Amino acid sequence: MNIDGVTTGLVLDHIQAGKGWEIYNLLGLEKLDCTVAIIQRASSTKYGKKDIIKIDGSVDIDLDVLGYFDTKITVNMIKDNKLEKKVKLKLPEKLTGVIECRNPRCITSVEQDIVHQFWLADRENKKYRCIYCDSVYKEKK
Amino acid sequence: MNDLRHLINITDLSVDEIDHMISVADDIIDHRETYQDICAHKKLATLFFEPSTRTRLSFTAAMMELGGNVLGFDQASSSSTSKGESVSDTIIMASCYADIIAMRHPKEGAPFVAAGRAMVPVINAGDGGHFHPTQTLTDLMTIHRKKGRMNDLTIGLCGDLKFGRTVHSLIEAMMRYDNIRFIMISPEELDLPGYMKEKLDAAGVDWKETGSLEDAIPQLDVLYMTRVQRERFFNEEDYIRLKDSFILRRRMLDTAKDDMIVMHPLPRVNEISTDVDDDPRAAYFYQALMGKYIRMALILFLLGIK
Repeated sequence: MNIDGVTTGLVLDHIQAGKGWEIYNLLGLEKLDCTVAIIQRASSTKYGKKDIIKIDGSVDIDLDVLGYFDTKITVNMIKDNKLEKKVKLKLPEKLTGVIECRNPRCITSVEQDIVHQFWLADRENKKYRCIYCDSVYKEKK
Repeated sequence: MNDLRHLINITDLSVDEIDHMISVADDIIDHRETYQDICAHKKLATLFFEPSTRTRLSFTAAMMELGGNVLGFDQASSSSTSKGESVSDTIIMASCYADIIAMRHPKEGAPFVAAGRAMVPVINAGDGGHFHPTQTLTDLMTIHRKKGRMNDLTIGLCGDLKFGRTVHSLIEAMMRYDNIRFIMISPEELDLPGYMKEKLDAAGVDWKETGSLEDAIPQLDVLYMTRVQRERFFNEEDYIRLKDSFILRRRMLDTAKDDMIVMHPLPRVNEISTDVDDDPRAAYFYQALMGKYIRMALILFLLGIK
């Protein structure tokens, strides 16, 4: 299967197999007016299988969101068919408007129009705390 | 506008600033007449979205003794919140009418949101089970006046350490002083939240937990009792099961140090037996008095007066 190379744009590599669509939706890539390809379950020497997203166009994606989702993803920035920069992701210190506080006692549970914000309390255990109520964000199981 | 100061968490204040406020409060006690008109023509808005007696009265008395005026409401039903107004809008409105705002709200983080919108200083007068920094200033003032020092103290915290916001703020304040040791005395269901334990560990503070008030008492310089609060429980059964977990009685003080002090943010229900009231170590009503003086010092500080 052939997918054209990216002239100028991004290649998101080493996405956990099966998570490509989630990343696509998370980054709102459906709004882009350029060619976007999702390659699912490609072979990977590192992880066995992986997903890849190729975006052929100048875009500005939120690396913080991507870093929160999965730090194993590699972002390759391509310019004029050449790899210009390879970015290794890390957990962002602050998360704004990405996840929502689930503490029913938090002001965010009643006050509309508040942007949910979290700060990284524990990098090792990927623990984020709400800046309003300090409670730890727990992912849905 | 950039130098506008708020008090949301006790850690918004440096140790030096707290010490300064305590010395101003000492001076107010010694020279009350000097301060009686110092806030003339200034207005404090007390926005209490949940009922309170002591804190609201204390703020009101503090502003009145500084010669200022007070306006506001004491429950959400008498504010526009009952019509669906947001905290942000209420605060902007109050900023138009007052020089400083004291706000209590049942939701955690509400004063933080308010501070982001206010055009005047905002004081957190309690946000749910989260923070209650002016109670902490009151506690620090009491410890300063009664113990004569803020370091080298073993502090026992007893009762509801999970939802007890006064306890959380007091820990954050006292852990910044030297050689402070904490003994946490609570039923397992109401023990200190994980994030507070993390903070203690990160700061290298000496602390331990116990289920026995009797065992802890002989070691203490300060015993801080708290009430198990009905309003913090979603489940009435849990409240009833835990509300009488720890009750301090007069005979239990027999093993306490002669200069230990018993503190309580008040109101108490039955966690301190009334026979303790006459013991010279009972400091909880004195504490309520200190609350007025330290709030006077805080108002002056945030208004940039003197």
